[in-house]
Amino acid sequence: MDSNLLWIFVSAALVNNFTLSMFLGLCPFFGVSARLDTAFRLGLANIFVLIITSLAASALNAWVLPYAPYLRLISFILVIASTVQFVEMVIKRFSPALFKALGIFLPLITTNCAILGLALFQTSREYGVIEGVAFAAGAGVGLTLALVLMAGLREEAELSTIPGIVRGTAMNLIIAGLLSLGFMGFAGLFGQAA
Amino acid sequence: MADQIKNKTGFLATLQENPSTDEFIKGLWRDNPVFVQVLGMCPVLAVTNSAVNALAMGGATFFVLMASSLLVSMVRKWVPKAVRISTFIVIIATFVTVADMLLAAWVPDVHKELGAFISLIVVNCLILGRQEAFASRNPIKPALMDAAGMGLGFTFALFLLGASREVLGNGTFFGIDLFGPQFEPWVVMILPPGGFLMLGMILLFFNWMQAKKQARRAAAEGVA
Repeated sequence: MDSNLLWIFVSAALVNNFTLSMFLGLCPFFGVSARLDTAFRLGLANIFVLIITSLAASALNAWVLPYAPYLRLISFILVIASTVQFVEMVIKRFSPALFKALGIFLPLITTNCAILGLALFQTSREYGVIEGVAFAAGAGVGLTLALVLMAGLREEAELSTIPGIVRGTAMNLIIAGLLSLGFMGFAGLFGQAA
Repeated sequence: MADQIKNKTGFLATLQENPSTDEFIKGLWRDNPVFVQVLGMCPVLAVTNSAVNALAMGGATFFVLMASSLLVSMVRKWVPKAVRISTFIVIIATFVTVADMLLAAWVPDVHKELGAFISLIVVNCLILGRQEAFASRNPIKPALMDAAGMGLGFTFALFLLGASREVLGNGTFFGIDLFGPQFEPWVVMILPPGGFLMLGMILLFFNWMQAKKQARRAAAEGVA
């Protein structure tokens, strides 16, 4: 059981990294990865929202959705939007400094496809409550890792001489492609299971 | 029949002289959502490992974008400012549920392969972005024109990416073998890194074209 939880965590963080091999949450990945410290803080906020969403999705799956399966998408997105709103209010009340530092990125978590993707994958893989939390934590750590790696590389690239036509999105995409290539190496980590 | 033809030419004529044609064209090329604005990246990269998947995804997004733009534009006067984003999201989620069920009924194979990414159309920033920036501020006709242009532009970009990745990574086009048995597939192209690399290269190509065009214009001005 314990090794199963560990496997879910590592798989979500490295082998099936949400950003680099499942293409979830690309908007903040390209949008907010220009500076290392904001990238890291956004990653932390994402971990928090992911875990709460996972708990909420488990509750919805257990008590509401068996009676109305067609409401799945709508109820998930409403839960995510209100969770983000709630997190925003709590942070504002207890830590105004952190609230200021996160700024616009906090509300934008709502439209991060990683969050909705997590709720949907968790449902389709039939994870229980604890497995769901492990999955969410792994996904969040993976997301943060990808964001921080990308931000570090971009800060480096800014200082080097690069031809004008490559600068900008094209360069970021190619860097992401190379990172993703590296993360594919993790697929061999657990032999066949990956 | 003659009436129909007349109607059609009438429609085409209005298309040509109407300013809303511009709303249509801009999404298709000048402000292409993928190549120029770089919006809605998640589905763009995740499902474009074959031309069929890319077209199905493009079609579903087109449908959701058209339907939600129509509805948002119709109700725009009654939606209070404070809850507009939630309203848009619920409208979009409704149409995505419809698209999901339609695809499951018509093309179960493709639906299975796209999986959760159909549901993830809800959080495609392109769709919410168009509602917020255009449909909620304009009457029905231009809103539909804008949605059609953006939707087609998005589908076109998906198709270009999906087709090139399928040809390079699998040696097939719509499942038809192109090169025969001696072809060694460039497998990485249909794997996740290929998505990033291919889109990066396409953007590079566009940047290069742009730079060349500017250089030519500058040279022409220099001669004159």
